[in-house]
This record gives sequence, structure tokens and C-alpha cells, in this order.
Amino acid sequence: MNAPAPSSLRLVLTLAVAGLISGIAIIGIYESTLPTITANKARELREAVFKVLPGVSEMQQLVYRDGGLVATEERRKEEQAVYGGYDREGNFIGYAIPAAGPGFQDTIGLLYGFSPEQKQVVGMEVLESRETPGLGDKIYKDADFVGSFRALSIEPNIVAVKKGAKARPNEVDAITGATISSKAVVRIINEAHAEWLQRLPPAGAEPPFSDTDPASSGGSP
Amino acid sequence: MKQNESYEEFIKGIWRDNPVFVQVLGMCPMLAVTNSAINAIAMGMATFFVLVGSSFLVSSFRNWIPKQVRISCFIIIIATFVTVADYTLLALVPKVHKELGAFIPLIVANCMILGRQEAFSSRYPVRLAVMDAMGMASGFLLALFSLGAIREILGDGALFGIDLFGENFEPWIIMILPPGGFLTLGVILLFFNWFRFKKDEFLADVAAAERGGN
Repeated sequence: MNAPAPSSLRLVLTLAVAGLISGIAIIGIYESTLPTITANKARELREAVFKVLPGVSEMQQLVYRDGGLVATEERRKEEQAVYGGYDREGNFIGYAIPAAGPGFQDTIGLLYGFSPEQKQVVGMEVLESRETPGLGDKIYKDADFVGSFRALSIEPNIVAVKKGAKARPNEVDAITGATISSKAVVRIINEAHAEWLQRLPPAGAEPPFSDTDPASSGGSP
Repeated sequence: MKQNESYEEFIKGIWRDNPVFVQVLGMCPMLAVTNSAINAIAMGMATFFVLVGSSFLVSSFRNWIPKQVRISCFIIIIATFVTVADYTLLALVPKVHKELGAFIPLIVANCMILGRQEAFSSRYPVRLAVMDAMGMASGFLLALFSLGAIREILGDGALFGIDLFGENFEPWIIMILPPGGFLTLGVILLFFNWFRFKKDEFLADVAAAERGGN
């Protein structure tokens, strides 16, 4: 290969063309997958809300704004939100509250259902975690652990106890071999709850379900 | 003859020059994502797509790409395919994408892929380059799968998430933790080298016997 060295212009042009084509290809794939990805995320959130709040068939986002909860789809970056769950007749059932905090390896993000009427946690779903496979990941794979959040008193707060030692309604059996992860889940819920409890309106004064989506307002048959 | 040639390029990646077991390349994804068979296969398929696509393009444009900027061009091509694979997985199988996490973008840094472009695709015609890429990628996929399957069976008592041994099996948890990757890979490499050693020995014996017979 003893071809004369190509001019700098040619080198620059080659890279520019390659970059241009690559950029166009990336924009193409981004634009074409974006609707699916957004829809997936919305569906995942919806499913998670329905999972942590049994008996719910409608949900809406409630943004904490000016000291109260506002039912709106728009949320500014610095604002925090919970999701309100309602039954078919639009009666309020509970809040699905997102919470996050440090776990054993990385941030654990979760959603828990809270019923102000029963003053209980009624469900918990881990949305993201990088806990140790086989040990820490039991916080969402272990049916007993996840199930223990289905009717759990949260007054004054939740306490993780050694497996089999659960005696009070606000205690959770920690997972053997995953004590740190179990305690992290409990701590994340407690911290989020302490923060939200003072923001939530008194029981019975929850924002009513405002149906903005005409597609889902078909009414019961 | 031509048929044989491309067959040869394909098959060498699976056995004789297997990127993982013989060349010991691409160790980062190899050790990181093989804690279950399904993750290993998803990683293998993504790598397959990136490697075959990049080899095709690199080989097609090999006469236009000036030597001085070839590495940058290879990386641009590879990175584009990786981004495509990343978004496609995120849209189609969000669960798997979540498990693989940062390791999909890191396919760019898989030295096996850049190595094939530099060593093969940039020097050979498209047909051979694609055959070579498919062989190497299949070899990589097979290696990932065997590691992932062994680790999942021993470490979780399951394959593809299906329980194999029932209640009484005590999972060997270390196998799905990072050290398990090193252990399994070490044992497989040992086996591979032992096998090749035995084969060489056998061939030498046969050759000696033939000489003695004559």
C-alpha cells in the first residue's frame, strides 16, 4: 500500500460524512422508538400504581403545589407528585407514592400504596434497583416480603425485624441474607412517608377524580 | 471452492478462533452480564447485530476510508449500530434492557468488534467479512450462553427462569455474583485448552502411527 497520503481535506470530509450519516441514523432510530418507549414507561407506571393499590381502576397524577395537591398532567421539574387511585365510580381509594433512597449497591426506587382511611400501606412495588442478584433482589422477587406490605400499619412508622419475629402490625420480616436491602426498603418508605404525611390533605378531603381523558370516561355498562 | 472459503471463515469463529475461549476478547460483557441465560442471549444478540452490521459497512467502504482515519470511522460506525441496538432493546424488551443496563452502550468498547474491523473487514470483500463477523458473533453468543446457562443453573437452580430442581435445591449464590463469572470462565478455559491439547496429542499419535505403518 504505497498510495500517496490523502489530503487533510479528504480526511476531514470522510469523518464529517461519516458523522453526518451516523447522526441521521441515530435521529431516525430515536424518533421511531420514542413513542413506544414513552408508552412503555406510562404503562409500567400505570401497572405499578394498580398493583400497589388493590381495587383501583382509574388514576391521576397529583402534583404538590402551593401547599396542596393539584390534579394535573403537567409537572414542573422541581415539583413532586403522587398518584391518586380511584375506583370505577371515582371514589378515592389511596395514594401511590414514589420514593427512592440508597440501597445496598445503588438507589432503590419504589412505589408504595397508602390508604389514608386505614392508615396502612397497602402495597409496595420496586421500580428500579441494582441489588445483589439472588440476595438483595428478593426485595421484589420474594413473594412473602412483598406481600407483607399489603396490610401494614405505618403508625408511627414501619420497623424491619428479624425473620419470623413479626409481632406487631407495623413490623415487617426482613429477608434472611438481605437485611440491608430489606431495611433500606423500610427506611425509604418511612422517610417518604414522613415527608408526605404533612402534605396530604386530611382523610376525606382528597382531590376528586377529574376525568380529562375522554377515551376512559365510557362509564360502567 | 468459494463455498468452502466462506464456510471456513464462518466456522473458525465458533471453534478454532472462538473470540472468548481462544482469543480471550470481550471479557467485560462476558463476565458482567452472564448471570442468567436470557441476559447472556440478549447481550449476544445485540453484539451479533452490531458486529455483522459494522463488518458489512466497513468492508463495503474499505476503499473509501483513508487509512489515517480508519479507526475513527470504525468507531463511528460501531457506535451508530450500538445506539440503534440500545433504543431497539429499550422499545421492544424494556425488562431485558433494564437488566443489561450500562453494558449495552459499552458494546462500543468491546475490543472483539473493533478487532474484527481492523484485522478482517477492512481487508477482505464484503461476503467474507460478513461470514467472518457472523462466525465470530455466533462464537461469542455461544460462549456467553454457555457461561450464562451454567451460572444460572448452579446459582439459581433455574434455566430461562424455569425452576429445574424444585424446593430442596440450595442455590450456589456465588455463581451469579461476579466471582462466579471468573470461576466459570476459568473452568471452561481449562477444559477448552485441555481438549485442544488432547486433540493435538491424538493427531500427533495418528501421524506417528501412520509413519510407523508405512
